Amino acid sequence: MTTGSRPAAAEAGRGIGPEKWLRMYRGMQMIRLFEEQVNDLYTRAVMPGLAHLYIGEEAVAVGICEALHSDDYITSTHRGHGHCLAKGASPDRMFAELLGKEAGYCRGKGGSMHIADPASGNLGANAIVGGSAGIATGAAFSAKYRGTKQVTICFFGEGALGQGLLYETMNLARLWNLPVIYVCENNMYNEYTHFSETTAGEILARPAAFGIPAESVDGQDIRAVHDVATRLIGQARAGMGPSFLLVSTYRYHGHHVGDISRDYYRAKQEEQRWRAERDPIKILGDWLVGEKIATQAQLDEIQSKAKLEIVSAVDFALKAPYPAVGEVGEDVYA
Amino acid sequence: MPEAVAVRELTMAEAVREAISEEMRRDPTVFVMGEDVAEAGTPFKVLSGMVEEFGKSRIIDTPISEPGFTGIGVGAAMTGLRPVIDIMFGDFLTLVMDQLVNQAAKVHYMSGGAWKVPMVLRTTLGASRRSAAQHSQSLQAWLSHVPGLKVALPSTPYDAKGLMKTAIRDDNPVIFMEDKMMFRLKGPVPVEDYAIPFGSADVKREGEDITIVATSSMVQVALGAAKQLEEAGISAEVVDPRTTSPLDEKTLIESAKKTSRVIVMDEGYERYGVTAEIASVIATGAFYDLDAPVRRIAAMHVPIPFSPPLEDATIPTEKMVVDAARAMCKR
Repeated sequence: MTTGSRPAAAEAGRGIGPEKWLRMYRGMQMIRLFEEQVNDLYTRAVMPGLAHLYIGEEAVAVGICEALHSDDYITSTHRGHGHCLAKGASPDRMFAELLGKEAGYCRGKGGSMHIADPASGNLGANAIVGGSAGIATGAAFSAKYRGTKQVTICFFGEGALGQGLLYETMNLARLWNLPVIYVCENNMYNEYTHFSETTAGEILARPAAFGIPAESVDGQDIRAVHDVATRLIGQARAGMGPSFLLVSTYRYHGHHVGDISRDYYRAKQEEQRWRAERDPIKILGDWLVGEKIATQAQLDEIQSKAKLEIVSAVDFALKAPYPAVGEVGEDVYA
Repeated sequence: MPEAVAVRELTMAEAVREAISEEMRRDPTVFVMGEDVAEAGTPFKVLSGMVEEFGKSRIIDTPISEPGFTGIGVGAAMTGLRPVIDIMFGDFLTLVMDQLVNQAAKVHYMSGGAWKVPMVLRTTLGASRRSAAQHSQSLQAWLSHVPGLKVALPSTPYDAKGLMKTAIRDDNPVIFMEDKMMFRLKGPVPVEDYAIPFGSADVKREGEDITIVATSSMVQVALGAAKQLEEAGISAEVVDPRTTSPLDEKTLIESAKKTSRVIVMDEGYERYGVTAEIASVIATGAFYDLDAPVRRIAAMHVPIPFSPPLEDATIPTEKMVVDAARAMCKR
């Protein structure tokens, strides 16, 4: 069992071609631009409800989902737009769902916190913190029972570390050797509370207690994330059972879009430092240019094309019709 | 019961076991998961012998970890399997409420129909085993309250087998609650395959003067009371809804219109309970045909006590039904 941090992933990503790197760069840009649009729609009161932005954490979803097959499963969280996009959701139907439109992934019935998409193996975002640990572990059980080689990623935030379901399912996953990877995205804040105030002991000691291999990784460095994810996913697919990945990352925005005044729980300087020094898109971009894998002009072009796609997706969603009110009673039962 | 060529007597436990076994033979995606379901065959021996036929990969013992394995059931159901999740006592439903109410019940709706959860959760209800407050409750009202869940409450071996088959074949989460005092109750069960559709009440006894609507454990009490009432010259009809969700409102209302007087019985608590909903359905649907307010008889509003005379005082009895019916019929 490997437990603990691996050395900085200087070697990570060797042997990966430029096409894949640029796809990951584009994937992160898409999430960033998507979320900026969500922020804009929400603050202009165009978008109803709540939105929890993934900005700052893009390398986690993209780095991990890039290592998955299209029929592998994920479960996501209330902060789930990044996972959904990275697993293959398209921005137009995502925006449509966020605006409660018929063309949305859930025909407008789920909204920001419940995007689900069988076509991309997305079992659903979940607004109960830690609530999807059962579904993810069950999907892994199912894959093993059916004899497929599908792997399931259970994304959750460090806030879910307080939930009992997580430990019950980790125990079962180890007992039954299920192909599931528990990915703890530690963005350091359980809503409005620093995780050090809510989390006793060492996080990695918890999966280790179940005999689950546990590792940690710098979530701002997509090369490191993708490297460790590829290895853990390969192990799960090979029948070696569950693993646990602790990812250090940072939420640039508040808990949700309306969480503007945050001074009482974290300092502006801290946010500025992460944005300036630890931005996952900039880190990958600098490396690609430095290694001469891409030119800055290429990266700029990826960004401007992504922008156009996002703008057109928003346009699609804004123009899309709401569901007919008569649909409210549909889908209660299959 | 429809005409059947071959019929034999089975206990409720045997009927449940036979239904699950037949479905498991028919459909390899069906499996059973729960505490002590394999070699032990559950504490009530309902599943005895199944592990010998189907092996441990399909009759799966779990740790004592209800939310964990119920959650696994939800995820397995979403991804191509048909789990039968075994929750040993109905009281432990409280432990799995998030997985049932926030997850299983809502997955299909929240995803706009994209994902479904074809899962059965079988558990118990009913007091009078001297098992005290945490092993005796009848929580069917809690689950019947939630859109997206279905709730089946069999009262005979025939119904148990037919409803279990429908439950396993249904594409929705179904809570299947068995009265733990009735596992040894015997009744006729056809040999051939049959299934009982949900939302179809069964008239267990026809009558003219008063309707007794009764669920699960209360059906036998209602039938006993009906027999006593017959001696007093009162003809009682006993109607068993068989599922509280969906609820066969039509049959209940028709019976109420026919007899003009209704008693509703359920072993759950009276307040905000199954009897409240059914009484409301009848009071609304048969108002102009009723000769008396609908009367409810259900569990006393106390935690179930241990001491036998105390426990017995909390559960509806035949005498309570007879007294209520005679008062309503003024005979």
